[in-house]
Amino acid sequence: MSAPLFSLLGLGKSFGERVLFENAQVGFEAGSGYVLTGPNGSGKTTLLRIAAGLEPARGQAGFRVQSSAIAEYPEAWRREIVYVHQQPYLFHTSIEKNLEYGLARRGMPPAERIARAREALEWAGLGDRRTVPPHKLSGGEKQRVALARAKVLNPTLLLLDEPTANLDGDARRQVLELVTALCIENHTVVVASHDPEIIRLAILNRLHVYGGHIKSDD
Amino acid sequence: MDFFGPTGDAFRLLFTGDADLWRIIYTSLSCSLIALVLISPAAIAVGFLIAKNTFPGRRALVVLIQALLSFPTVVVGLVIYMLLSRQGPLGFLRLLFTPEAMIIGYMAIAFPVLVVFTLSAVQGADPRIYETARSLGAARGRAALTTLYEVRFGVMAAVFNGFGRVVSEVGCSIMVGGNIAGLTRNIPTAIALETSKGEFTQGIALGFVLIVVAIGINVALAWLQGRGGLD
Repeated sequence: MSAPLFSLLGLGKSFGERVLFENAQVGFEAGSGYVLTGPNGSGKTTLLRIAAGLEPARGQAGFRVQSSAIAEYPEAWRREIVYVHQQPYLFHTSIEKNLEYGLARRGMPPAERIARAREALEWAGLGDRRTVPPHKLSGGEKQRVALARAKVLNPTLLLLDEPTANLDGDARRQVLELVTALCIENHTVVVASHDPEIIRLAILNRLHVYGGHIKSDD
Repeated sequence: MDFFGPTGDAFRLLFTGDADLWRIIYTSLSCSLIALVLISPAAIAVGFLIAKNTFPGRRALVVLIQALLSFPTVVVGLVIYMLLSRQGPLGFLRLLFTPEAMIIGYMAIAFPVLVVFTLSAVQGADPRIYETARSLGAARGRAALTTLYEVRFGVMAAVFNGFGRVVSEVGCSIMVGGNIAGLTRNIPTAIALETSKGEFTQGIALGFVLIVVAIGINVALAWLQGRGGLD
């Protein structure tokens, strides 16, 4: 087994008296997909947020050949590790500008940014909606914009929190297709989900989060 | 007392371009605007940092800054007077009774207004804004700017309220400006002076300008909120 692309070792996290993780560990290999399962409150979202550097915790994190205390999450990792909220926040500007945001932070010239953003919107099936303000989008469309906004950055590690939650019908199916496409496109993707269809995806390795530990289901 | 006579004269004074009157208006607006431009970046940054960070004494600091909101402006003027007077620690700057001294006073008065309004706007903001920006690769400073942009109407309300507070205050202007004609006489001090002399015409004209400024600020804020799709 090769060294993981990203790992958390000796992970400890508490909220007040409540211990969520105690000396837990997990690793994600490059090019593989993972689905985190477990009951509500088991720590799936917290685990993703820790991996994204959005939640302080005890322990060590490793990314590629670099290692760091989780509390001192390196800024450079944020350029390669992208987290998408369960209910994504879209900035109060056009959808296209939302997609350009991360590209601009990476110093990409405007013309290239626009081209990449439009390409990603086509991928998400929202090519005709690029100038629409986000508050006019449905929940499913917002989630697809958020997935496109993450995909356009071509992240090394993509963390998706319950991408199909609160969606049904066509909206859920469309988001599910995008999540599947992201997993197939050789991204390293970690999805926290209760959705049986995502959990059953053959391309994903199942990790069960329960009782402060993270264990493989396979 | 005749109300309509001085009021008619006041409007004539305004619209005939009386040089003294417009000099007073210029002093008021320019000192207020310069003070706001100078203090806003620092005050907004302080408001943001207090809103987004936890540290020992944070609550006490917020209470202190909120208390400063109701601090009498004449006391602010007194403190700055003592600092800038010849025997004061900053006396060597020779700023007392100059527009610069008034600007310093306005900055001190506007600071807590800007901090409290920004703090409130950022605390009320969706925490996902900052997290989304960070997760998309924004550095801390850039994510802070993104958050402030997302709550820009709250931040603009802070600036407009700060402007409203300084443009209409009397105590500090008289203490550190000295109400010198053609130099530091502004709208509120001129109104106070002219009224005390029994001359209502200029006071009414200047009062009208203050009212127009106040209404203009609120109309501008409402218009901007409308443009932001918040209506």
